[in-house]
Amino acid sequence: MKLRVLVSLKPGVLDAQGRAIEHALRDLGYAQVTGVRTGKLIVLDLDTNDAAKAHALAAEACEKLLANPVIEQYEILS
Amino acid sequence: MSAARVGVLVFPGSLDDRDMVRSLGLCGADVQTIWHKDARLPESLDGIAVPGGFSYGDYLRCGAMARFSPVMRAVVEFAGSGKPVLGVCNGFQILCEAGLLPGALVRNRDLKYVCQDVRVAVEDPGKLRAELPPGRALVMPVKHGEGAYVPDPDHKPRVAFRYVGGSPNGSTDDIAGVANAAGNVVGLMPHPEHATDPLLGSSDGAAVLRSFLAACVAARTRR
Repeated sequence: MKLRVLVSLKPGVLDAQGRAIEHALRDLGYAQVTGVRTGKLIVLDLDTNDAAKAHALAAEACEKLLANPVIEQYEILS
Repeated sequence: MSAARVGVLVFPGSLDDRDMVRSLGLCGADVQTIWHKDARLPESLDGIAVPGGFSYGDYLRCGAMARFSPVMRAVVEFAGSGKPVLGVCNGFQILCEAGLLPGALVRNRDLKYVCQDVRVAVEDPGKLRAELPPGRALVMPVKHGEGAYVPDPDHKPRVAFRYVGGSPNGSTDDIAGVANAAGNVVGLMPHPEHATDPLLGSSDGAAVLRSFLAACVAARTRR
């Protein structure tokens, strides 16, 4: 099965890319845009169909490598 | 007293390793390179320098992959024994990722790669104090795209160096380099190894490297 992992900077850590995109959108006239945060989508192909196992593996991978808990948060999407 | 024996780590993508070897040699060290796949460090090593570059292409995050190199387990143990470890630029990022230094480094505030001389002031450089009294100003170059330091809220850093007149990258509190709690691990974004001769614009970096070597010798004689 596939699992998608969304890794992004924690709130409060400056997301310079998000800010640049926000400015660009405002320049295009999207005045309603009041904030943009960016992240990384990592797609894992896993050799299992056991959802619980797959989730546990993805969480462990996030803690060890995919995210840096000092600055980043992660979310495991199905 | 014999020269400090220092190892310079080399990862795929390291690019300041040769300057580091040369500069430490000019400062009087007995230097050798250590390949990232070496799980064991050479015997009787007094210190380790982790050079700049783009280890593993900086994929995922700067320093994130290098952290899991076979050599890093040995480096963590080496640092735990109280011997000096110096990380510069990507080396600083690697030491943060490896948990040897608190905090992390993120994309520069203005999304621009900065390449310029900076002025930093010494604050608390841990064991690298031989030629680095608090308040001493140093001019060294920086060259990085991800050098904005973000502290770990749970581990307040010992600030070793702070940018004077504002940071070039949006670093929290203008932090340019930090030391670990024990003071034997120090990392900084500016490059001392590129500032060891007046012909290069500054020789202030040599004071950092000589202080590192003095700490190496001191750690050896203490044992």
